[in-house]
Amino acid sequence: MSEPLILGAVAYDDKVVSIWEGFKSYFFRRGLEFDFVLFSNYERQVQMHFANQIHIAWNSPLAWIQSQRIAASSGRQAHAMCMRDTDRDLTSIIAVRSDGPIYSVAELKGKKVAVGAPDSPQATLIPLHFLTEHGLTPDVDFEVVRFDRLAGKHGDHIGGERDAALALMRGETDAACMIDSNHLLFTQEGTLQPGATRVLARTAPFDHCNFTVLDGAPADLVNRFRDLLLSMSYADAEVRRLFELESLKQWLPGRTSGYSALNAAVDRFGVIAPFVTKVAAACG
Amino acid sequence: MRVDLDLGDLGFDEGAALLIRRALRASPPGKQVLVTGCAPDLDLHIESWCRSEGHEVKFRRSNQQTHAVVTCGSAPATRWLDAQRAGLPNPAVTGAVSDHPSRRWGLAARGALVESNVPEFDFNLVDRAKVWVPDAGHIYTLATAAQWDPATAIPWQAQFESDTEIEDAVVQIMTYLIENETAALMVPSRFIAQLHPHFQEVMQVLAVQAADEARHIEVFSRRARLKRDLLGCSTSGGQESLKTLIDEPDFAVSSFLLSVLGEGTFLSLLWFLDEYAPDPVTKMVSRLAAQDEARHVAFGIAHIREHLANHPGKREQLTNAIRRRHDRLHNTSGLNAEVFDALVHVAAGSWSVPDLRCGYGRVKRLIAEMHDLRRKRLVQLGYSDEEASELSGLHTRNFM
Repeated sequence: MSEPLILGAVAYDDKVVSIWEGFKSYFFRRGLEFDFVLFSNYERQVQMHFANQIHIAWNSPLAWIQSQRIAASSGRQAHAMCMRDTDRDLTSIIAVRSDGPIYSVAELKGKKVAVGAPDSPQATLIPLHFLTEHGLTPDVDFEVVRFDRLAGKHGDHIGGERDAALALMRGETDAACMIDSNHLLFTQEGTLQPGATRVLARTAPFDHCNFTVLDGAPADLVNRFRDLLLSMSYADAEVRRLFELESLKQWLPGRTSGYSALNAAVDRFGVIAPFVTKVAAACG
Repeated sequence: MRVDLDLGDLGFDEGAALLIRRALRASPPGKQVLVTGCAPDLDLHIESWCRSEGHEVKFRRSNQQTHAVVTCGSAPATRWLDAQRAGLPNPAVTGAVSDHPSRRWGLAARGALVESNVPEFDFNLVDRAKVWVPDAGHIYTLATAAQWDPATAIPWQAQFESDTEIEDAVVQIMTYLIENETAALMVPSRFIAQLHPHFQEVMQVLAVQAADEARHIEVFSRRARLKRDLLGCSTSGGQESLKTLIDEPDFAVSSFLLSVLGEGTFLSLLWFLDEYAPDPVTKMVSRLAAQDEARHVAFGIAHIREHLANHPGKREQLTNAIRRRHDRLHNTSGLNAEVFDALVHVAAGSWSVPDLRCGYGRVKRLIAEMHDLRRKRLVQLGYSDEEASELSGLHTRNFM
């Protein structure tokens, strides 16, 4: 048996095993030796990626930026190879109660704002950066109420955002931050009662996950993996089952133009600098 | 061609997605729908919804209204391309019931359009020729129409004086009936879980049979406890006989041994108890149970007749099953003496010699009638008189 292509993914939910076992069978039947390693957090995955223990990482946007910065510091190349159609042009929103007195971002001064996990790009870092850009400094001009579920998962688990939404509904906070798709979900499932909330503000579009490849990965295997991904069709029943688990209709080529807001947030809050420095030093 | 859809003030929290989906339904990729509306957050929700559904959306802004041009993606049209129709609902239509329904049809109703990526279910009974009974729907209809309520159908409040020993005999008979009905509940229940739900009417008949038996267990238990705190005896020979039914893995063989031969024999017993019951409660529980058992026997005969029509070679397997069961039970006592004596005592009505002689004769005639009716049922299934008589004679002495 030839050496397989090894992918790293973070086990943020039980379904992750089903997803990657399904992809493994799909790739195997098409001649690609493929295996995967699950990590309990993105930091470990990034660290192992730079230790060459995996060839490709299915990275959160924050893990992508970590990888990009570690690569830049250590003279390596990081490439965003592919992403889901649903990873592009997302937005985060800040919701308030409809019957409340807040009608502008400035009026959040002195209030309580619910956010998700500390490392969640969509429910914490990007919206807090957005508020900073609008003149409000977190924990200075307003109180940040954090709903931390599964640290290290970079907000992949929906629990933190749902807790933030529920806190808003209970009146424990004045606003709540979440990704637009979860606002739609919470609205439809009734977590946010009809007419009970307003969208106070919405961020500029940003991108989410990508398959990250570092220089030195086996090019033939990586290219075969990429070609198979891009040829997968929702019309194929086997693929459709996997796509529905992973929430996409189509794989698209990766792009890096959608990470500027998160890059700015990371710079402002300094949240990943110690980790980047540590891993880059180990690479050196 | 572009379709216009005005949502008014309907938002996604009140069902807006349904109207958009309806407008896009069966649309070719590229079809456009102009969605207008004034609900709060409509832009946000349309954009997020389209992303998750694989559609493109562009917005035109004007005043307070949302104007969204939704372009249908390829996903909705491809989703049902390789779906399969799981037969047809009406079993009387030719081809409605599949010979070999796919395990990937899963729990889908017969006649449903089944998406192709349904996981495969581990149903064991998937061959029409082995399980299907054309008359099952009719038998099920009769069964549901004949359901009775134990609370009101039995005269539980009826006042009657009973001789202590006759009451003991009734309690022993009820104890025996309960364990036999328990076997008759467990056997079809086990096959329900193995049956492909495509054979819907067969599944329903088995389910209502199980419900019948549950009710019989209830009323026999209640009759036994009417004047006693404890029940009678359960013997190893009786349970050994019932265990052969529980252990039988083949659906058709099980149906043959339990429903055709066992419940058929039990039918005579229950009518016997209806005739000689010493009190109105015993009489009614026996009569109502007998009416239910008659349906079970009818279904068993219909099943085996259909099965033999499709698999003539199965007859040998059924014959061997009777012989095998007989051999296995050859060294057991069969019907326990307590039950036999109780039947004689109940049929006699007292310990006087003339009554006892009469009661004994009635039980002997019962056993002869059981044999005769078993033989006739076997003839109905195509056995010769000689074969039927021999095989009926090999049936368990425990009746069921």
